Amino acid sequence: MQLTGAGAQVTAPRLRAETISKAFSGVQALSEVSLDVRAGEVLALMGENGAGKSTLLRVLSGDHQPDSGRLILDGAAVSFATPAEAHRAGLRVIQQEPEIVPHVSVAENVYLGELPRRGRVVNKRALFAQVRTDLERYGFAQALDPATLGADLSPAQRQMVEILRALASPVRVIAFDEPTSSLADHEVAALFDLIRRLRDDGVAIIYVSHRMPEIFTIADRVAVLRDGRFVGERSIAVTDTDELVRMMVGRDLSEIFVRTPRSTVDAGEGDVPVLELRELETDDVHGINLRVRAGEVVGIGGLMGAGRSELAHAVVGDLPIRSGYVAVSGKQLRLRSPADALRAGIGFAPEERKAQALLLRRSIRDNISLAILARLSRARIVRRGEERDIARNFVRQLSIRTPSIEQEVGNLSGGNQQKVVLARWLARRPKVLILDEPTRGVDVGAKAEIYSIINQLAEEGMALLVISSELPELLGLSDRVLVMQEGRITGELSRGEATEEGVLALAMADDLSTTGESA
Amino acid sequence: MIQTDSRELATAETATKPYAGNPIRRVLDAIGVQNISLIIALVLLCAIIGSQNSNFFLISNVKTIGTTVAIVGILAVVQTVVMLLGGLDISVGSAAGLTSVISAMVFMSAKSAALGIAVALVVGVAVGLLNGIVIVYGRVNAVIATLATYAGLRGLANLISNGRAQGYTGTDSTFTFLARGSLGGIPILVWVLIIIALAVHLMLRYTDIGRNIFAIGGNPTAARLAGINLNRYVVGCYVLVGLVAAVAGVLLTARTGSGQPTSGSQGLELQSITAAALGGVALQGGKGGISGTVLAVILLGVLQNGLTILGVNSFWQDIAQGALLIVAVVIQQRRRGVRAYGLPR
Ligand SMILES: Nc1ncnc2c1ncn2[C@@H]1O[C@H](COP(=O)(O)OP(=O)(O)OP(=O)(O)O)[C@@H](O)[C@H]1O
Ligand SMILES: [Mg+2]
Repeated sequence: MQLTGAGAQVTAPRLRAETISKAFSGVQALSEVSLDVRAGEVLALMGENGAGKSTLLRVLSGDHQPDSGRLILDGAAVSFATPAEAHRAGLRVIQQEPEIVPHVSVAENVYLGELPRRGRVVNKRALFAQVRTDLERYGFAQALDPATLGADLSPAQRQMVEILRALASPVRVIAFDEPTSSLADHEVAALFDLIRRLRDDGVAIIYVSHRMPEIFTIADRVAVLRDGRFVGERSIAVTDTDELVRMMVGRDLSEIFVRTPRSTVDAGEGDVPVLELRELETDDVHGINLRVRAGEVVGIGGLMGAGRSELAHAVVGDLPIRSGYVAVSGKQLRLRSPADALRAGIGFAPEERKAQALLLRRSIRDNISLAILARLSRARIVRRGEERDIARNFVRQLSIRTPSIEQEVGNLSGGNQQKVVLARWLARRPKVLILDEPTRGVDVGAKAEIYSIINQLAEEGMALLVISSELPELLGLSDRVLVMQEGRITGELSRGEATEEGVLALAMADDLSTTGESA
Repeated sequence: MIQTDSRELATAETATKPYAGNPIRRVLDAIGVQNISLIIALVLLCAIIGSQNSNFFLISNVKTIGTTVAIVGILAVVQTVVMLLGGLDISVGSAAGLTSVISAMVFMSAKSAALGIAVALVVGVAVGLLNGIVIVYGRVNAVIATLATYAGLRGLANLISNGRAQGYTGTDSTFTFLARGSLGGIPILVWVLIIIALAVHLMLRYTDIGRNIFAIGGNPTAARLAGINLNRYVVGCYVLVGLVAAVAGVLLTARTGSGQPTSGSQGLELQSITAAALGGVALQGGKGGISGTVLAVILLGVLQNGLTILGVNSFWQDIAQGALLIVAVVIQQRRRGVRAYGLPR
């Protein structure tokens, strides 16, 4: 291999992974994967849930040691025993779920371990000035206050902190693991600007995502993994969605999402909605009125921080209600805890699967049956046979990739964990189901399956409230779309009139609308 | 949707086949690594002690071990339950002391063992209720709350007894039956341990209550959003601990023949926590079981007995127990794959 000369610089890969294999007990996560990424290019890494993408990135970042194979960085073989070593070599991975220190500020989180000091005293002014310039330079100034505590950050903000942290020292290769799964559209635009700038500076970029449009916007080349194997790569110019999907799933996927128009339920006067919110006030949301009828899917759109998740948490009794009320089938509820809401028939799949939904050290079976244990029990004894059948059915229906239903959920890939969260509520079948970002991190095939399940649940008479930042999903699923901004509902669009532009216009605050258009 | 057929079959197949592996592996998996290492440690320990002093294997000595571990055993069992829930109860020893005194005092004044025992159990439940309510409604950390009752209950026990042993139960048939009776060759004390351990084991393993306890310990936010009433579970578990601590208090009275405010109950909190941790209960909750705890109780009992019959200074026994606790938790953290940075949790 040539190492010198300008010509060689252009063609020799910045980073080469050679026949990397990695197995976990019972799962071959990677088998002999070889991959190149060049300086100044964006390589997209695609594959179904559990294909091995995150595992590959963890090998690059020194989090995992490969069982065999090696890494070559700028022509020299390297191996990393710890993430710190990979950092020093200029390799950075932005994790799917970044770890942030909860009790210190954004600024301190970014420069953790490298705080500017005068003697032993941290120079706070220099630190904040530095972080402010960084925020300005990378386009996060609007979204992130350097003084906010780590614990108070939204998933998107945590992502930004992680990115800032990565860029605090020189990078040669930077990998993003599903960075946009918790970002709103204008934040995605800011992130893409940043990625392009890094690319132009000669950084090699690996980009993992399940969102096709993003791949075609940002990537120069796409590599596809399936079942831990490398299946091929394509230049973005010569490929299309169909071909990539075929490579990922190994067969044709006839349609991404079938939109089954539901017979619009008649809003007659005597018709009692299954879920009704009246002038609901909490600390974060104000004057919320909304009704969801049986068989209806109501979508809630809006930007990050618009109060959508806070609304959902209030409706299930997880956040205190100041005034106004929640009613189910015409009956007003007194909500003191989610147990009260569930008793009245409201189920809720929250946004942050690891923090709010999953028992990571328990099995898939335990996690799926959590909300139906009482129903599964006779004289308090859980009927395990039935429990296993239910778990197996959902593993099959949602194609959860696992060696067994007894696998610990913490060992599943991100998308498969998300499917377990959904399975819990699909098993419960409440009267009203609130889904907060239901397909975060889920691959195209499973997404289609989830959409058809949601459709079917509605057809069977369930009332569904779906919060989603993915506009195609929001528009495709909902019979009506409500848009929130700063804790208030700013508009309602029926299925016929809802467009991406329409939702965005209602979601943007007036003084933000100009930045929104330029994004 | 029709297009998922081929994959459905594939995943269904892998999903229904739990372990592709040999049967020995499956049996070992069912017992669990933690329990296997405890059993190995126990066998080694018995072999070492037995080779030094053959009296160790006498039936009478085995019975002695059984009766000495019974009281700490039942406390370790319920300590396991609170630890699974993500809590801790430091007040168990003090609660046992208080109920020991009360059972003896009521027995003396009412001349009824049944009444003495009943009042002790009621007091135990009240103590558990107090702990639970302070933790849940006062929003106080479990360690701090039970540290307070640890001191408070001990003070109360000394106050009502003037710091002295109370009454004499050595002639009462009920108390002597509890202390020295046996059924089918097995001492009553051991029966009490067996029954409580088995009942709690079955509850944890087979009922929805047990599942919910694991869920709360594993991720309280998730448990709450899944509709589990956390407050009820926390209070319920502390009440269970209080009740069992009262049983321990009654057994203590029976064994010593009088109500003891501190002697015999002091240190039970530490021993019960040690046993649970050694048995593999994660200190952060959500992981562990009764079988490990019971094995650990036996291991600690054998260790203590062995050191005694080998004539080792009893202070060394405390040191050995402390060392064992550290070793157990270090091994546990290693196995959990806890990363070598950050403060331990
Ligand atoms: N620590 C672990 N123990 C056991 N199995 C694991 C572990 N980590 C990953 N796996 C398995 O390895 C496979 C690949 O996982 P990985 O997280 O790399 O998938 P992914 O391609 O990132 O999927 P997703 O799109 O859902 O994020 C999965 O089947 C997963 O269950
Ligand atoms: Mg992943």
